[in-house]
Amino acid sequence: MADEILRLEGIRKAYNVGTPIEAEVLHGIDLRLAQSEFSALIGPSGSGKSTLLNLIGLLDRPTGGKLFIEGRDTSALDDKALTALRGKTIGFVFQYHYLISAFTALENVMMPLLIERGFPDDAMVRTAEGLLEQVGLTPWKDHNANNMSGGQQQRVAIARALAMNPAIVLTDEPTGNLDTKSADGVFELMRQVNRKSGTTFLIVTHNMSLAHRSDRIIELVDGKIKSDTANEAIASSSVG
Amino acid sequence: MKKFLPFEWIAATRFLGEGIVQTMLIVTGVSIGVGVIVFMSALLAGLQADFLRRMFSSQPQIVLLPPEEVARSLRHETNAVTMPILVKPNQRLRSIDQWQTIVDQMRRRPDVLAVSPIMSGAAFAVRGDADKGINLMGVEPDTYFNIVRIPEKIVAGAPRITGEDILLGTQLAIDLGLGVGDKVRVMTASGSNRTLTIAGIFDLGNKGANQRSAYVALRTAQSLFGLTGGVTSVDITVKDAYAAEEIAQTITASTGVEADSWIKTNADFFTFVNSQNLTNAAIRFFVGVSVAFGIASVLVVSVVQKSKEIGILRAMGASQGQMLRVFLLQGGIVGFLGSVLGSALGGGILLAWQTYARKPDGTPLFPAVIDMRLLALAAALATLTGLIAAILPARRAAKLEPVVAIRG
Repeated sequence: MADEILRLEGIRKAYNVGTPIEAEVLHGIDLRLAQSEFSALIGPSGSGKSTLLNLIGLLDRPTGGKLFIEGRDTSALDDKALTALRGKTIGFVFQYHYLISAFTALENVMMPLLIERGFPDDAMVRTAEGLLEQVGLTPWKDHNANNMSGGQQQRVAIARALAMNPAIVLTDEPTGNLDTKSADGVFELMRQVNRKSGTTFLIVTHNMSLAHRSDRIIELVDGKIKSDTANEAIASSSVG
Repeated sequence: MKKFLPFEWIAATRFLGEGIVQTMLIVTGVSIGVGVIVFMSALLAGLQADFLRRMFSSQPQIVLLPPEEVARSLRHETNAVTMPILVKPNQRLRSIDQWQTIVDQMRRRPDVLAVSPIMSGAAFAVRGDADKGINLMGVEPDTYFNIVRIPEKIVAGAPRITGEDILLGTQLAIDLGLGVGDKVRVMTASGSNRTLTIAGIFDLGNKGANQRSAYVALRTAQSLFGLTGGVTSVDITVKDAYAAEEIAQTITASTGVEADSWIKTNADFFTFVNSQNLTNAAIRFFVGVSVAFGIASVLVVSVVQKSKEIGILRAMGASQGQMLRVFLLQGGIVGFLGSVLGSALGGGILLAWQTYARKPDGTPLFPAVIDMRLLALAAALATLTGLIAAILPARRAAKLEPVVAIRG
């Protein structure tokens, strides 16, 4: 296996812990993601996909188990250290883009770098311009995020997620709000980035045709991993 | 993006700029609050300064008087208990002991502006069959006019006081049918009298004072009251009118003479001034509180509106401290902008006041004092108020869990 980026050992997540309405939504998840992997996380609504993504993204803390990012145990880290680790190693792309409307496309892409370095500089402008070129939005770099189409906004969000050259990019229904053509374009863009830069991608999606274009499909049902299959296997099983 | 601005400033200014209508409304609210404070403070300061100037142009701030005469028992018997009944003696007209030394001592004090010896007492102004009881004051014009500005109050004639001259109040002149250049006989209770020429008629702005005040030369008064070389009081003006009572106490302690300050003799007026200051402070406080609530409420709404953006910024690595500073800065910027515009607004209203609020003769009703320190203080306080008002919403923004914020 290539370099391990992510390792989950018995991850559990419960809400309303210690109350009569305590509910566990993830029941001991074990998962490993290697560098350059392009994986799809699928499952019915309420299966715990977004919860798992939030835990992997260090946006939330598990109630049990251990989570390692690039070999580093995150369970002992405080909020400040988690925030710093999240900023440097994880990129996010959400369904609703969540670009910051007060900034232009270029500035949105610069944002993670600006947060880390404190002051804007020429190097981060060049990095952001390069990323916008990669996603084909150079002519739109000075446009306000609100004045762009959904597909364009999602491309900006992908460029922004790549700004810190993260070890892993987590995407939650990145094409859920786009028409088929735009969804295809955005998905293909992520695959290109993955192939070109070797960035690991974990994509939560309901779109099975897109999931089948991933290297690996992880199926989550009722808070447990039901299946974890490489794409070739799916292809051969469907043929067989 | 400006390269010299840190992330927090960039985000704060962009967020404010994005909700420009909301920002303008709250900045306008802060401006009006600051404008009211600046205008009211300048108006009250001007009113007080004008009132005190008028008051001190016709009366001293401290008056030195000889100590009261007290009777003492002369019987001293050994091996016996005596119980003398002491009767308070009449306070006759008498001079301050060693007044020249005291005057010199007062003139050397750094907190004293002007010192003038006075010889004053009750007398009659007589013209033909008519006579009026007057308060006759013998003064040295060179020093006395620095304390009571008689030359500014002359309505006829000149502020000249030689050995043969007398200055009369307007009402006294009317009552006796006298004008500049006329003769008037001044007579004291002891029977001394002298005929003097009216050199000028003055208006002290008070009918009672104009009815009984008359000024003559110090030597003329000393001669009329039979106290050659003596003075009955010493008038003093000090640099800080509000420190008059403390200065008076130190004078009494160092010289033994009785020193009455204007604060003691005008206790009601001083209470009024203090009440006015207190009212002004209360108005400033409540305007400040309403400004703070205005800023806080707008920022609370902004935090709610921007919760998803806060969440995504936190997801991208923004720390709680950075988010706290972004919203604190917004409060500070709103406060500062409001204070600058409010100071300009207050200054503009003051200018309009100076232009339009005038007496019938065209002179300003009273000068409003535009103090640069007040403007700087108002700006600093409004900025601080903005920062304080932003604490709660900023903490709320900083404490937002990214996953909760993004979920909305």
